[in-house]
Amino acid sequence: MPGPPASAAIVAPPVAQDLHEDVIEVRGLHKTYGGVPAVRDATFSVRRGEIFGLLGPNGAGKTTTVECLQGLRSADGGSISVLGLDPRRQSGKLRRRIGSQLQQSALPDHIKVWEALDLFSTLMHTGTDWRVLMEQWGLSAVRSRRFHHLSGGQRQRLFVALALVNGPELVFLDEMTTGLDPAARRDAWELIREIRDRGATVVLVTHFMDEAERLCDRLAVVEAGRVVAVASPQELIAAHAGRVRVVFTCTECDLSWLDRVPHVHGVERHGARVEVDGDGPVLAMVAHALVAHGLEPADLHLEEPTLEDAYLHLTGHLIRE
Amino acid sequence: MKMLLRLTWVEIKLLTREPLTLIFTFGLPLLILLVLGGIFRTSDVLDDVLVGRQPIDWYVPAYMGLVTASIGLISLPVHLASYRERGVLRRFRASGVSELSVFGSQLLVSLGIALIGSGLLYLLGALVYGAAPPLDPLRFVLAFIVSVAMFAAIGILLAAVIPTARAVQGLGLILWFVMLFVSGTSSPLQLLPVWLQRVGQALPLYHVVQALERPWNGRGTDLVHLSIVAAVCVGASLLAARLFRWD
Ligand SMILES: Nc1ncnc2c1ncn2[C@@H]1O[C@H](COP(=O)(O)OP(=O)(O)OP(=O)(O)O)[C@@H](O)[C@H]1O
Ligand SMILES: [Mg+2]
Repeated sequence: MPGPPASAAIVAPPVAQDLHEDVIEVRGLHKTYGGVPAVRDATFSVRRGEIFGLLGPNGAGKTTTVECLQGLRSADGGSISVLGLDPRRQSGKLRRRIGSQLQQSALPDHIKVWEALDLFSTLMHTGTDWRVLMEQWGLSAVRSRRFHHLSGGQRQRLFVALALVNGPELVFLDEMTTGLDPAARRDAWELIREIRDRGATVVLVTHFMDEAERLCDRLAVVEAGRVVAVASPQELIAAHAGRVRVVFTCTECDLSWLDRVPHVHGVERHGARVEVDGDGPVLAMVAHALVAHGLEPADLHLEEPTLEDAYLHLTGHLIRE
Repeated sequence: MKMLLRLTWVEIKLLTREPLTLIFTFGLPLLILLVLGGIFRTSDVLDDVLVGRQPIDWYVPAYMGLVTASIGLISLPVHLASYRERGVLRRFRASGVSELSVFGSQLLVSLGIALIGSGLLYLLGALVYGAAPPLDPLRFVLAFIVSVAMFAAIGILLAAVIPTARAVQGLGLILWFVMLFVSGTSSPLQLLPVWLQRVGQALPLYHVVQALERPWNGRGTDLVHLSIVAAVCVGASLLAARLFRWD
C-alpha cells in the first residue's frame, strides 16, 4: 500500500469534531484574596473525554482554580465556561451534571457510609447505583461505619464515590489520592481511567508527579498562580527534559575519561552510582568505552527522562513531598 | 422535596446517635418548671388572668415557648455553624443540596424536638403539680408551629451571621437567659419593674409565650401576638436567606 504523500502528515487528522469539543474554557481567570493574587491570568481548556491534570506545589492556586470552575468561589476576573454554562449564575444546572471531590470538606460525624451515599444519590435521576460505587471504592466492609470513625484513606474514597454518585459527565477531583496507600492509589487510578473510558471528563488536581504522568492525558503546570505550560506529559517531557541518562554502578574505578566520550554531556557520581547525561546514541557510546577500559558493569541501563525532570527544567525546582 | 425529606430523616437519625446534645434543650426548662412551679404554686398574682386554672397552667405553655427558644437560639444555630466550620455545608453544596433543603430539614427537626420537649414538660407538670391539658388544642398547635418556625428562622439567621459555633453558643446562651428572665417565663411579668417589662415586650419570646398561653388556657387566639411572631419569622427567614453562607 502506497504511503500517504509526505505533506499529509502535517495536516491534522480528520478526528470527529465533537471528540475534541471543549467542555471547559477558561480565559484570563483572576482571583485575589485580600489583595494577594492566588490565580493570575489562567487560560486553558479541557476537552471532552480526557483526564486533565493541574499540577503544582502547595499554594499554587490549583484548588482556587477548580473551585471557581465549580461555582464554589467567584472569580475576580476572566471568563469561565463549563459545559457551556456560567458556573456562578447557572450553578444549579451545572451541579446536576458535574461531580465534585473537594480538598476540604466533611460529613456529619455520625453519618454512616451507606447513608451518605444513599442521601446524595437522591438528588440525581440518572445516577449510578451507589452500591456498585461502594463496592468499587472498597467501602463495602465499612458500609455501616460512622464518618468520624473512618480512616483518612477511607474518607477520601468515600468522597470520590460521592463525587461519582450522580453519574456526572465531568468530575473534579482535588487531591484524590492524598492519604491513600500505594495499592489503593493504583486501584483509584484504574477506576478513574474507567470513568474516562466510559466517556466522562476528569479534572484532576495533584502534586504527585507519578500520578500526573501516568494518569493524565494533558496537564496544566501551575506555578505561583500562573499556568506555565499546558501539554500532554509526553510532550512536556520531550520539550523540557531533553536528554537521556545512562546509569551504572562501579566502585573505585577511574572514570576520568568518561566525559570525553562522544554524546556525553556530564557525569555525576553518587557513591557507587554513576549517572551520565547525554543525547542520541550515548548508551552505545558509553557501553563501548566501558568495555574498552576493561569495565563490564552488569547493571548498565538507560533512564528515560520523567515528568519530574521536565518539571524541574520548567520551573527550576521540584515539588517536595 | 425528596432531598428535604431524606435530609430530615438523616438528621433525625444523627440526633438519636447523639441524644446528649439535647440535655440542655430539654433539661433546663424541665428543671425550671419543677422549681418555679413549686415556688409560685399558691401565688395569686395570676388569679385575674387565669380564671379557674392554676398558676402551673400558665407555666406549662410558657415553658414550651422556652423550649422553642432554646432550640432556635442555641441547638439549631450551633449545629449549623459547626456544619459550616467543619466543611459539611461545603460538601452539601457541592452535592447540589439546596438552601431550602438545609433550612427545611432544620425546621422539621426543630418541630420534632419542640414537640418532644413540650410533651415532657406537660407530663412533668401534670404529674407533679396537676397541670391541666390545653383547653383549645387546635389553636394552640397553630401558635406552636408558628413559634417553632420563628425561632428556627432566628436560629438560621444566627448561624448565618456569626462565624463560629463557639461564638454562636455564647451569644445564644446570653440571649436565651435574657429572654428567660424578662418574658414572663421565670417569674410572672407583673413582678418585674416596668422598664424590664418593656424590654421583655421587645423580645420575641414574650410574644411566643402570650401566643401559646392563651389558647392553652382557653382564652382564644391572640392575633396581635401571633401576628408579631409570624412577622418576625418572615423577617428572620428573609434575612437568613440573604446572609446565609456555605463556607
Ligand atoms: N479563602 C482564602 N482566603 C485567603 N487566602 C486563600 C484562601 N484560599 C486560598 N488562599 C491562598 O491562595 C493561595 C492559593 O491557594 P490554593 O488553595 O488555591 O492552592 P493549591 O494549589 O490548591 O495548594 P495545595 O496544594 O496546598 O492544596 C494560597 O496562598 C492560599 O493561602
Ligand atoms: Mg489545593
